[in-house]
Amino acid sequence: MYFDSFEAFLAMGKHGVYVWSAYGLAIVLLSVNVIAPLLNKRKVVAKQQARLRREQQKRASN
Amino acid sequence: MWTWYHKLSSPKWFYQLSGQWLPWIACAAVLFLGTGLVMALAYAPADYQQGNSFRIMYIHVPSAILAQSCYMMMAVAGGIVLIWRIKLAEMVLKCIAPFGASITFLALVTGGIWGYPTWGTWWVWDARGTSMLILLFLYFGVIALQSAINNTSGAARACALLSLVGLVNIPIIKYSVEWWNTLHQPATFKLTEKPSMPMEMWLPLLIMVVAFYLVFTVVLIMRVRNEILEREYKTNWVRKLIDPSADRSIKSSVKNGGE
Repeated sequence: MYFDSFEAFLAMGKHGVYVWSAYGLAIVLLSVNVIAPLLNKRKVVAKQQARLRREQQKRASN
Repeated sequence: MWTWYHKLSSPKWFYQLSGQWLPWIACAAVLFLGTGLVMALAYAPADYQQGNSFRIMYIHVPSAILAQSCYMMMAVAGGIVLIWRIKLAEMVLKCIAPFGASITFLALVTGGIWGYPTWGTWWVWDARGTSMLILLFLYFGVIALQSAINNTSGAARACALLSLVGLVNIPIIKYSVEWWNTLHQPATFKLTEKPSMPMEMWLPLLIMVVAFYLVFTVVLIMRVRNEILEREYKTNWVRKLIDPSADRSIKSSVKNGGE
């Protein structure tokens, strides 16, 4: 461990703002990139299921 | 070799194989990212000149490397689209662009955040920064072109052409610190030389680079899988996969068997 205390870890010398904002942005951007396709998958599956159901109903009524 | 190649380019095969691999790659990504973050933030020693602001390097360098390799992969996919018209390559081409844009954005912003306390400026129009900004606009161009053209394979071909033309920017980014006088420091890692940093400093960087590549792989696979579900709707295996009534009949047969 490089830092003596948790306060020193948060302060990062005088560069706390810079270091933490850079790491924060990285985490946010990576998370958004991971979460977006997860949410999108639900949307795509629901959409295709609805399409399939419509086609099955059409076939049943013919 | 060729059968393997044809198999790999089949969406169905890719969907099944990537489904098996995805959990493992995701685990590895979390593991590397977690280890890398802890090492980079808490264990690496501070730079004797830059102090703790140098820790931004552990975000900046991996994202800048990945921004360029993403672009190269996109261009390779583009080449495959133009020459062999493989559907999977069209999907990969489309799915890389948004991640590439956000990682390029991250490299640019962390460069600014690092630059301000270290060299006293957020941004200069030097060769490295400007060519990275052009890379970001190339990604935006591909995304915009993709959404502007309704015809799927037409859009893919247009994007492929743009990404191949934009490939000229990659060597410019790479050699910009050597060709022009710039504020940007030369490359931290060189394949041919021993790193100039002590091990405690470069090991976290190596781990972070691997972690970024793994996250990219996870995101790309998830996006391509969604794209397959979207585009391969007409095939039987996708219909079977998404069909809720097929699912129900399995459940009911299990239930009936139990009673």
